[in-house]
Parts: sequence; structure tokens; C-alpha cells
Amino acid sequence: MKFLNIIYNGLVKENPVFVLLLGMCPTLGTTGSAMTGMSMGVATMCVLICSNMAVSGIKSVVPPSVRIPVYIVVIATFVSALQMLLAAYLPALNATLGIFIPLIVVNCILLGRAEAYASRHGVMESCCDGLGIGLGFTAGLTLLGAVRELLGTGRVFGAEVYPEEFGSLAFVLAPGAFIALGLLIGLFNAIKSR
Amino acid sequence: MGRFKESLWGMLLVMVAFCGLSGALLAWVHVLTTEPIGQAAVKQRIDAVADILPAFDNNPVDEGVSVDLDGEPRPLHVYPALRDGEFVGAAVESYSSEGFSGDIVVMYGFDVSGNITGYRVVSHAETPGLGAKMEQWFRMPEGRRSVIGRNPVADNLTVAKDGGDVDGITAATITSRAFLDALHRAHECFKAYCETYNNQGV
Repeated sequence: MKFLNIIYNGLVKENPVFVLLLGMCPTLGTTGSAMTGMSMGVATMCVLICSNMAVSGIKSVVPPSVRIPVYIVVIATFVSALQMLLAAYLPALNATLGIFIPLIVVNCILLGRAEAYASRHGVMESCCDGLGIGLGFTAGLTLLGAVRELLGTGRVFGAEVYPEEFGSLAFVLAPGAFIALGLLIGLFNAIKSR
Repeated sequence: MGRFKESLWGMLLVMVAFCGLSGALLAWVHVLTTEPIGQAAVKQRIDAVADILPAFDNNPVDEGVSVDLDGEPRPLHVYPALRDGEFVGAAVESYSSEGFSGDIVVMYGFDVSGNITGYRVVSHAETPGLGAKMEQWFRMPEGRRSVIGRNPVADNLTVAKDGGDVDGITAATITSRAFLDALHRAHECFKAYCETYNNQGV
């Protein structure tokens, strides 16, 4: 029950995309379609779970004054490993996400959760927190990607909903990312405040 | 222990230990993935070549050669396709710097007489929804979009706006020009290859 609560917290109450507004660079940059948004979310989630567990595991040996550099090394290690694994086994995905994979290192969600949660909680709790926040991030990116893909090209996950000619190109490009994200945050808040 | 941990040596020790551990882990993953990464790159090439060329039974990637063109800063790769030992065409990995942002890299397939058999966009940084449409556009049957089956010598393969015979991508003329620029570079290279390495083509 406790673990479910932690996951629910990350997914809804502290959703990184719609509530914390963390990690905006990949949020806006990789949500041109639902599929790439979801892939980016899952990749970030993998790193987040690993880094949360590792940070929680080493918290007693790391001197507080050098904890940030140590956390960054831990996060960078997992991201580099992930990138090599993606290049080896999922080259197409690696090509699609491109620069955004190494940029996971500087995603403030990871350092934020390491600092604010994992360094103060046990390994299991930190794992659940990583899972919850990761799922929240994935859900946010998938939703934003789906909305942009639908309004921009008339498709969702590549399946045609209406002919492409009626779509608005702006939603595939950067301005549409801001507009769609703003509207989704408003919608999320409206539902939450009910 | 508590006091040592906060001392300079303690901090140094912890940081060195974590960097060492991290380095060891990454070295292990690197060793693990070097081979699959190489294989994936080769497979991607073979898939692209197989996609754009008539049927062949050799390994075009292994038998590929670099061809230097006069006045070109870098050589282009040519992947020859053979069937029963006979030359049936070649794929050329070409590029253009005339695109909207960065280089576009495209692989073109040519049959023995230099007709275009297909193409595959390898990498580009064109605008999504506009220039990025080139991945499909130049094989669409509508109007004069498709370049498949046409010949860069016999046909005037420039965009209609420049008086040519190809319908450029709507609202992405620069990308269309770059695509055709890369195509002509590829064809030059194909001709040079046929003159240098075998007498069966063009």
C-alpha cells in the first residue's frame, strides 16, 4: 500500500510534466509523435530507477559536501551505459532520440529525485519513487506527443484518425509544443482542483 | 569514521572510488556492446542497399569502395550489386550541404544504365513536416514527384521552379534542391565508378 502510494504520488500528485514542470527540454523536444515521446519517457524512467536505487544505496558513505558530484557521476554512468545498449540493440530508436539520450544526464528530474528523495529514503522506496516519477514522465510525454501528432498530422501512434491535409503543421514544430503543453497543464489543473 | 569522511582525504577517496567504479562499469558495457553496435551499423547499410537496388547475391557493403570526385571535399561510398557475377547496379551514399539545416545524407540506387531504382534518406536535420517529407515525397506517384525509374542524364531532374522536371516538396524548395543536388552528385560518382572499376555500366 505504501509503495503504491509512492507510485501514485509520482504519477499524479507530483507529475514531473504537469505539476513539477521539470525536464522541459526533452518534454518539448521529443514529443513530435506519441511513439518518440513514449520512448523518451521509458528511457528516462530506466535511468531514474537505477540512479535512485544507487543513490539510496550509497547515501551513508558519501560525504554531504561532495554528494552532488557523486550523484552526477552515478547518473552519467547509467545514461552512458543506456546509450551504448540502445545503439547496440535498438539502433533505430537511438537514431530517433539522438542527442536527447545523452542529455538525460542534465535532466533535472534525475538530480532532483536523487537529492530530494533517494538520499533520504531506503532502496525499495527510492525504486518505487523512480518508477512513479518515471511513469508520470512517460505518461506526460506520451500524452503530449499524441496530442501534437493528432493535431499536426492527423495520426496517433502512426494510425490515421483524419486526413493529414486538415492537420496544422504548427503542432509538429516547436511553437505547437509550447501551446499544447500549456493547454494540457491547464486541463490537468482543472481536473485536479475538482 | 564520521570525521574522516568529511576530511579532504575522505572526500577525495570517495570521489576517486566512485569514478573508478563508474569507469569500470562503462568499460564492461563498452566491451559488451562494441560488436553488436558494429553489426547494427552494417545491417542498417545492407538493409538500405537491399531496399533500393534490384536483387543481388553478393555482399555490396563488404565490396564497397570509396570514389573521389574532382572538386569534391570528401569521397563517396559506392556499393556494387552483382547477380551471378554480373553487375546489376550500385548504391551510392551521397550528401548535400545545400539543405535547410546541416548536411543531408541520402543513399541512391542506380541500375546498369544509370536509371534511379530507389533511394533511402540516411540522415538529415530538415524541418519536421516540411523538408523531412523528402523521405517519402520523391517516390510518390502523384504528378512529377517521383524520381524512381528516371535517368539523371536523359531527364531534367531539377525542381519545377528552376525550370526542371520534378515537383519539389510544397513549401520546402530548398530541401528539394538539396535532395536533387545530392542525387546528381551520386550519379556523377556512379559514372566515375563505372569508368574506373568496371566497363559493364552506363
